[in-house]
Amino acid sequence: MSPTVHILASPTANLASVAAAVHRCGGEPMLTDSPRQVETSTRLIFPGVGSFATAMSWLNSSGLAVPLLDRLRSGAPTLAICLGMQVLFDSSEESPGVRGLSVINGRVTRFEPSLACRIPQLGWNRVAAQPGFSAASPQTGFAYFANSYCANSVAANDWACATSDHGGPFIASVQHRRNPGILACQFHPELSGPGPWGLGLLRNWMATTPALQTLQEPRRPC
Amino acid sequence: MLTTRVIPCLDVRDGRVVKGVNFSNLRDSGDPASLAAFYETEGADELVMLDVSATAESRRAAIATVAAIRAVLSIPLTVGGGVRSLDDAARLLAAGADKVAVNTAAVDDPTLIDRLADRFGSQCTVVAIDALSIFTGPSPTFRVRTRSASQDAALDACLWAAETARRGAGEILLTSINRDGTQVGYDLTLIRTIRAAASIPIIASGGAGSPADLAKAALAGADAVLAASIFHDGRYSIAAVKQAMASSGIPVRTIEIPTSPC
Repeated sequence: MSPTVHILASPTANLASVAAAVHRCGGEPMLTDSPRQVETSTRLIFPGVGSFATAMSWLNSSGLAVPLLDRLRSGAPTLAICLGMQVLFDSSEESPGVRGLSVINGRVTRFEPSLACRIPQLGWNRVAAQPGFSAASPQTGFAYFANSYCANSVAANDWACATSDHGGPFIASVQHRRNPGILACQFHPELSGPGPWGLGLLRNWMATTPALQTLQEPRRPC
Repeated sequence: MLTTRVIPCLDVRDGRVVKGVNFSNLRDSGDPASLAAFYETEGADELVMLDVSATAESRRAAIATVAAIRAVLSIPLTVGGGVRSLDDAARLLAAGADKVAVNTAAVDDPTLIDRLADRFGSQCTVVAIDALSIFTGPSPTFRVRTRSASQDAALDACLWAAETARRGAGEILLTSINRDGTQVGYDLTLIRTIRAAASIPIIASGGAGSPADLAKAALAGADAVLAASIFHDGRYSIAAVKQAMASSGIPVRTIEIPTSPC
């Protein structure tokens, strides 16, 4: 039987591409915006495009922020993509004053514009897994990015990461060390081809099971 | 380091891929979904589908074509042609596009770019510019044309490119009308001129005849190079094009081979 994968139906995300990729990996994609399903679903993808403020405002006004935090705390497999990854941080330069979910401590900032660094970053960049990151193998490969903002650091004791470079190093993906099913990608695995950092990563993630150890208590938004 | 993208373009009408020469003499080149899957396997970095339908009925069929391509494609898909409103864009995105390209409608009402970027994000908002090169002095000027290049928009391409970036476009799909379908090489002056006018990514289009042409466009400042005929005819593979680019020192995405971890 195909495993069901719920996709959080953020109003501006590229849901069709995410659903098609899940389907191609042998899963049964189901869109949801139900707080209950967000909390209890076996596997949840949290895609997102648009702005940090829009995404947070939607999560808060739809009553999804708290169930999403509860779910992450319980260690249930959750894949956050692009803006979905960014809102796991404390804040973003894109939307000053807006609080993120603070699952990961740190701030998301804009790429520094330069000749070597076009903004937005649109295209395929090389990604390299750092020690402890197990979501893709082989450990370096190409992934497709579409972003103007990025995170530059994470707390290494909690998160293993994969890095890339666009005018300087940035965090391409993070994976919880004790809960490998909690995975966030700045790139789009659903658009990164059939290889290890595309459908391969998605397939690996779909095979993860909830770990026994849960995340540290994240701060709840006010 | 970001690689330069190689993008096959599917011009689609009535559910079939066609390719025009100077925007006329359309000739059938195949089934869109089969071609899309083939190009992904070959190493295409992205696909552009341009809906060249003339009728409303045919436009509705284009939605089904987008869905059929999406079902087999795991690389990005940009769709353009006849997009006039946020609702048009939303329908294409819901069917499986990742980016939407606007052309004539954006010239008619430039605020469409702001509204698309606000709602769907800059990374989703592509402005297609069809530029005609005009020689009136020692160096050419570039004029924007709309409605499948049939009408002069009385707009300088440089000013327009800068304005689209200011309004939130994430990318420019830049077509040389003079070169489109000629296969004599991209208009490198056009690429350099628009590159200097706007700092957002540029997809160069119009004139690709050989792998060396795509490499030259990248060296002139294009972030991505688009071609149709040279791929559809089976004359050159994506791999051959990328090899030519790589030997010119342009970073490209190669087919994955296992490497030792860094």
